[in-house]
Amino acid sequence: MWRNDRSSFGWIAIILHWTIALLIGGLVILGYVMTRPDIDPELQFELYQWHKSFGMLALALTVVRIAWWWLEVPPAHPATLSRYEARAATATHALLRMLTLAVPLAGWAIASTSTLAIPTFFFDLVVIPHLPFEKSEAAEAFWTMAHSWLAYGLAGIVLLHAAAALVHHFLYRDEVLRRMLGILPRRPASNTDTSASGSEKWDIGQR
Amino acid sequence: MGHRATLRTMIAGLALLAATPGWGHAVSLDDAAGRYAIDRSSRIGFSVGQVGGGGISGKFTKFSGTFNLDQHDIGKSVVEFSLFPETVATGEPRVESFLRSRAIFDIKDFPQIVFRSTKISQTGENTAEIEGKLTARGTTRTERFQAELTKWNAHAISFHIKGNIYRAPYNMAVGIPIYSNVVQFDMTVNGVRR
Repeated sequence: MWRNDRSSFGWIAIILHWTIALLIGGLVILGYVMTRPDIDPELQFELYQWHKSFGMLALALTVVRIAWWWLEVPPAHPATLSRYEARAATATHALLRMLTLAVPLAGWAIASTSTLAIPTFFFDLVVIPHLPFEKSEAAEAFWTMAHSWLAYGLAGIVLLHAAAALVHHFLYRDEVLRRMLGILPRRPASNTDTSASGSEKWDIGQR
Repeated sequence: MGHRATLRTMIAGLALLAATPGWGHAVSLDDAAGRYAIDRSSRIGFSVGQVGGGGISGKFTKFSGTFNLDQHDIGKSVVEFSLFPETVATGEPRVESFLRSRAIFDIKDFPQIVFRSTKISQTGENTAEIEGKLTARGTTRTERFQAELTKWNAHAISFHIKGNIYRAPYNMAVGIPIYSNVVQFDMTVNGVRR
């Protein structure tokens, strides 16, 4: 149920996936809005602090997620995938893991090198120390550029990833998207399910 | 008040003493009675602490004011002081423009911060508490500062003045709790006799 098995994702992987997906989407939008030049300065300050807190949350969850991916055996690609598709998926997922780690780290580096020296006060609860980088305008400018390019790169890969999932769902009609939603095909009634009505094709979260 | 009148006759003598190094520190505040203009050589410093240590510190470089030290009763003395928040200097241009912006000082709508004393009470040989109305960003509140006489001669007088002001009531709450609500003022106010 919580852990992956050979053909499906467990709830831990599913919850991590969608929580991080939501954070990435929100952070990209927030990052865009807060850097508009005509924004109210007070709102801008507050949005930056929210961005830093949620970004740190995304980083922490990403570390957990990568550890989970590494410790747990991910389910195999569905049999419907061609060898080419399976390779593309593997590469995309590797890139996503790298970027979900690199983007918040680069953001952390901005906060750490900025001559503004604004502390990162995680949800006003605990101060997250700056990385041991020297503060300078040049370093801040570099990491700012790196962070935004990596973030927009990540957003692009996410779109590709989502588009692929939708193609699988609507065109190939395979379980690629469903298994990440925790919706699993009901096992054939003859094997395990004696009470099946037969009218429902899918069951949520049962296996 | 007889002894004060006697002291007043000694002011000239004290002025001579003050002009020489090693003048006695026991100059009471009302020895220096008179009207003074706050001189540009004064330093209006402030700092705001931040979570985890450190913070923002800076000064205001343009200000003006006068004070009148009453001959007979220090309590009747009056201080008036204005500063121009546009001249805030912190060493980080982005912090300065943020402080000038609508987020904090809003210098377009509120170009001046004004203090006018309402009550001065001597608290020690060389110290006094100054209570008065501080007006910043359209809000007026009673605030207190602690003053210590540090230098005095026939022409000029200096005070070290400290005071902690909560900024949130003045509609300058942005950044709390990363940055403290308390602004610590640390000022050297040099008055030149008028």
